[in-house]
Amino acid sequence: MIEVKGLVKSFDGNMILNNISTEFVQGKTNLIIGQSGSGKTVLIKCLLGLHSPDDGEIVYDGVSNRNMTQAEKTLLRREMGMVFQGSALFDSMSVLENVMFPLKMLTKKHNDEIVQRAVDAIKRVELKKAKEKLPSELSGGMQKRVAIARAIVMNPKYLFCDEPNSGLDPKTAIVIDNLIQEITKEYNITTVINSHDMNSVMEIGEKIVFLENGIKNWEGTNKEIFSTKNKSITDFVYSSELLKKVKKFL
Amino acid sequence: MFYLNDIGRYFIMIRMSFFKPCKWKVLKKLIFKEINDLIIESIPIVSILSFFIGAVISIQTALNLSNPFLSKSLIGFATRQSVILEFAPTFMSIIMAGKVGSYITSSIGTMRVTEQIDALEVMGINPLNYLVFPKIIALLFYPFVITIAMFTAIFGGFLAMTFAGVPSEAFITGIQMDFEPYHVFYSYIKTILFAIILATVPAYHGYYMKGGALEVGKASTSSFVWTSIIIIVVNFIITQLLLS
Ligand SMILES: Nc1ncnc2c1ncn2[C@@H]1O[C@H](COP(=O)(O)OP(=O)(O)O)[C@@H](O)[C@H]1O
Ligand SMILES: [Mg+2]
Repeated sequence: MIEVKGLVKSFDGNMILNNISTEFVQGKTNLIIGQSGSGKTVLIKCLLGLHSPDDGEIVYDGVSNRNMTQAEKTLLRREMGMVFQGSALFDSMSVLENVMFPLKMLTKKHNDEIVQRAVDAIKRVELKKAKEKLPSELSGGMQKRVAIARAIVMNPKYLFCDEPNSGLDPKTAIVIDNLIQEITKEYNITTVINSHDMNSVMEIGEKIVFLENGIKNWEGTNKEIFSTKNKSITDFVYSSELLKKVKKFL
Repeated sequence: MFYLNDIGRYFIMIRMSFFKPCKWKVLKKLIFKEINDLIIESIPIVSILSFFIGAVISIQTALNLSNPFLSKSLIGFATRQSVILEFAPTFMSIIMAGKVGSYITSSIGTMRVTEQIDALEVMGINPLNYLVFPKIIALLFYPFVITIAMFTAIFGGFLAMTFAGVPSEAFITGIQMDFEPYHVFYSYIKTILFAIILATVPAYHGYYMKGGALEVGKASTSSFVWTSIIIIVVNFIITQLLLS
């Protein structure tokens, strides 16, 4: 579980995150939703420790990010996996090498064991046939799978995904969403996903945090989101004509 | 103020690339790869350019020494001096700012804009050590490239003069005339400084860039401009300090 308490972050005097408090639950897919530019990526990068917050506290299973030494931060990082918006695969390395990379760089394991674990992770995301290919030879959905395999190969306690289905067709997007949810349950990970996709919200929104202009405007589940009276939420949820029509029938 | 900020960040970048090193096994591999990409693969173009420039230097010198009372060996002497003092270290480094520099900026810049550098950081790897340190080490072999440039340029001059009918003994006497080891020392001091500039200034431009694919192109251009300006200015300062 990750608890966020009064998080504040600004860049060049612009307040991007304004006093965010919430918690992300273990074994569930936690969604951060909001318009483009609402601060979702900045929030995830704060959770990862890539940005240091101006104020507030982040508590990882009882361990606060305050007064953490550099060594403790490094250890905590090793328990985190991240799927970037554009996958961020190393383009000079094959699929297998990409997935092996964290093990090779950070563990003292034997090469055979590294290969075995990487192959297991690749199998888990159902990419076994593509393991010798380069990222540029893969479709967007396959690249996302490699990114997921690379993120879970170190058995992380925390998994972060920045818009994991951006740029994918709706069908592939749902497959990727479901894959992330299955992995979350299987390994009991605390998973935090950025999204602005209503399909994801309906499919995997077990816990939803809605950001608007850097403020947490609403939080709840995908069951509650359709019945809330919160104006910003209904504007966001029913932004498409299709859903507006659907709403009339509800 | 703006530039001071950049200068500070540049030196911090160099310092940070030596900290929190990756495993030696990994670094060794990266260093060998960079030696291949930055040093070995530069040798063909450096040789071709040096050969022809050396030839042109000797032809132009010969043109200016048409007085029959002046010894033909002066052509060899002048060619050697301009090649060792200026042409091989400085001129070649400007060429390399285009070849090696834009490669470094665009490869690191692409990794920045596609979040590969963030991915390294998330894994707890020091991206500067992983990306910049091996390039600095590889470019310590840069004097080797410049040595090749010196030899091929003088050889180019020699061949051009042989074709033009200058007796080869005269040219060779010229090459050996009044040899000053201190000039070679000065030349290699410059070369090592240029090597460090060639590795770090383009790396800085790539590492701290913002934006997308279009900005990678712009960063490569400004990296070339800055690398060559810095090389020329450092060349002036070193020459003031060591030769005047
Ligand atoms: N490193 C940064 N420096 C300055 N401004 C930033 C930085 N990262 C993000 N921002 C700004 O923060 C705001 C929120 O960005 P972001 O979190 O990426 O939005 P999104 O919700 O689309 O992921 C944007 O206005 C962006 O310009
Ligand atoms: Mg974003």
